[in-house]
Amino acid sequence: MSGVVSSLSTPGNVVVSRRAVTEAAWLRGLLIALALAFLGVFLVVPLVLVFQEAFSKGWQAYLAALTEPDAWHAVKLTLIAAGLAVPLNVVFGVAAAWSLTKFHFRGKQVLITLIDLPFAVSPVIAGLIYVLVFGSRGWLGPWLEEHNLSIIYAVPGIVLATVFVTFPFVARELIPLMQEQGVSQEEAALTLGASGWQTFRRVTLPSIKWGLLYGIILCNARAMGEFGAVSVVSGHIRGKTNTLPLHVEILYNEYQFAAAFAVASLLALLAVVTLVAKSFLEFKHQRDRERAARAAARQEVS
Amino acid sequence: MSIQVRDLRKTFGHFKALDEVSLTFNSGELVALLGPSGCGKTTLLRIIAGLEYPDSGAVLFSGEDATFTHVRERGVGFVFQHYALFRHMTVFDNVAFGLTVRPRRQRPSRGEIAERVHRLLELVQLDWLADRYPDQLSGGQRQRIALARALAVEPKVLLLDEPFGALDARVRKDLRGWLRRLHDELHVTSIFVTHDQEEAMEVADRIVVINQGRVEQVGTPREIYNAPASPFVYGFIGDANRLSGHAADGWAELAGLRVPAPEFGQPEPRPVTGYIRPHDIQLQTADQGEGVAVRVESVAQVGAALRVSVRIPDGDTSLQVELPHSGGGWPFQVGEPVKALPRAARVFAG
Repeated sequence: MSGVVSSLSTPGNVVVSRRAVTEAAWLRGLLIALALAFLGVFLVVPLVLVFQEAFSKGWQAYLAALTEPDAWHAVKLTLIAAGLAVPLNVVFGVAAAWSLTKFHFRGKQVLITLIDLPFAVSPVIAGLIYVLVFGSRGWLGPWLEEHNLSIIYAVPGIVLATVFVTFPFVARELIPLMQEQGVSQEEAALTLGASGWQTFRRVTLPSIKWGLLYGIILCNARAMGEFGAVSVVSGHIRGKTNTLPLHVEILYNEYQFAAAFAVASLLALLAVVTLVAKSFLEFKHQRDRERAARAAARQEVS
Repeated sequence: MSIQVRDLRKTFGHFKALDEVSLTFNSGELVALLGPSGCGKTTLLRIIAGLEYPDSGAVLFSGEDATFTHVRERGVGFVFQHYALFRHMTVFDNVAFGLTVRPRRQRPSRGEIAERVHRLLELVQLDWLADRYPDQLSGGQRQRIALARALAVEPKVLLLDEPFGALDARVRKDLRGWLRRLHDELHVTSIFVTHDQEEAMEVADRIVVINQGRVEQVGTPREIYNAPASPFVYGFIGDANRLSGHAADGWAELAGLRVPAPEFGQPEPRPVTGYIRPHDIQLQTADQGEGVAVRVESVAQVGAALRVSVRIPDGDTSLQVELPHSGGGWPFQVGEPVKALPRAARVFAG
C-alpha cells in the first residue's frame, strides 16, 4: 500500500520520464525485437551466408574464383558500365535538376514524370526497349548491321541499359534540394558580375555538393548491381558481355556454388562500402553543421 | 547615375504586372517604390536590375538605353528580401565575391580585396563577423552583410527589394535610420521597394506609389501625405475616413458633414467620395458652435493620441477621430453626444 502512495505522491518522476508519444515498455521491446529479427533474417543472415559460402572451399578457391579470366572480365565490364553510366547520369542529373528548378518552361511536368520512368518500369522491360530499338530485328538494327555496329549483345547495350535504370538517382536527389534553395543566390551572383559558369561552380555546386555525392553513391551501387535490364541486352557471352551479377547467375546455374558466392561477395562488399560511404557523408555533413553552430554559440558567449 | 524608365509593360500570363510605367530617378536620390503586394513594384525593380526583361518599353541609365543589357554588365547592386547570402561562404568571402569573379586583369590583388572587404564591413559595422557563416548571423546582420556585398562592386545604382521585410519591427526601425545615414554618406542612386508606408515616409527622398501596375503618384513624403492625388493613395497612405455623398456649388455633403469641394462648382449635385484624415476632425462638446451632432462610440489611447470613434446619426457611418492626448482624463466619454467638424477633406468624383 505504501508503495502505491509513494508513487502517487511523486507523480513528477513518472510524468517527466514518459513523453506522450511513448508506448508501454513491453510494446517498445516487442517492436524493436521484431524490427531486429526482420533485419537479421532478411539482411544479416544472407549477407553472412554469402561470405561463408564464398570461403567454404578455403582461401585458395576464393581467390581462384575471383582471378579466373571470365570473372576478372566481368569485374572490368562492370567497372566500365558503371564508369560510363555514373558520369553520364551526373551530367544529366545536374542539367535536369538545374533546368527544372531554375527555369520556367512548357513541359516541365512532363520532364519530371519522365525522369521517374525508370523507377516505374520493370528493368526487364527497360532491356527489351533497347532490344526493340537496336536489336537485329529492331528499328535501327539493319542500319547498325550495315555499318558493322553492334549494340545489343555487346558492351554499348550494357552501358545503355545501365544508364537507363540509373537515370533518376542523381536528378531525384537534386531536384527537391534545388527547389528548396530557389534562385536568389544565383541571381545575387549574377548581379555581382559572375558569369554563368562562375555562378554554377562557386554558388550552385557547393550548395548541392552533399546531395550530389549522395546521388552518385546510390547511382553507382545500382549501376554495378543491375541485373534485369543488363541481362536482357547482354546475351550472356562469357568473357565478353557478362557483368558481375550475370556472372554470379551463370556460376550458380552451373552448380559452382563456392565460385558463385565468391563473386557475389564482391557485390555484397560493394553494398557494404556504399552504405558506409553514405553514412560517412551524412555524418560529415551533420558534423560540419554542428561545428558551425557550436562556433557561433562560442562567439556569442565571448 | 540617373535612371529613366519609359512605358514599361510586363505581363505574367494574364496578369498585368506593369502597365505603361514611366519614371525618372535622379542621380544620388533615395526613392521608395511603395504599394500593396502584387502591385508590380518588385517587377519594376527587377527590370531595372536586369533580372527581368520588359515586354515593351525602355530602361535608360544616364540617358543610355540599357533595356537589354545583361544584369552582369549593368553595374547595379541588388539587395534581396531574404538576403540571398551564399550559405557555404564566410561573411568575408560573401562580400569579396563580386571582386573575385572579375576577369583576372580587372581583379584587384588579394591584399586590396581584403582591405576593401574590411572597409565595407566597417561601414556596415560588422567587421568582427568576417569569419562567420551566414546562418550564424541574425536577420539584421545578414541584411547588412548583403548590403556590404552589393556595395563591394561599387555599383552605380543600389536596388533594394523589401530590404527590411523579413525582420522584426524593432530591428527594422533601427535599420531604416541606418540606411538613411548610409545613403547620405555614399550618395549612390538608390531605389527600394516596400509595402510599409511608414518605412517609405521615413527613409525616402521621394516616393512612387504604385497600384495594379500603374504609377498612382510621385512626390516627396510630405506631398504624398498632404496632397494624395487619387482615392487609392488617400486610402493607402495614412488612415482616412472614406465617406460617400454628393457635391454641388463648391461644397460636398458627406454623410451629414459639409466640406469645401472647389472642383465641383456645378449647380446640379454629383456623386462623390470624400476622404478625411482622423486628425483633421475636431470634436467639441454638443452645446458649442458648429459641426454635426454625433455620439461617441469608443475611446482608446494609442501612444500620445486618443482614438475616438463616433457615430453619425444618419445611419451606419462611423468616423475615426484622432486627438492629441496630453495626459489626465479623457475629454469625452462613451455615449456622450458631441459635435464633429472636419478641418480638411479631399473630394473625388464617384
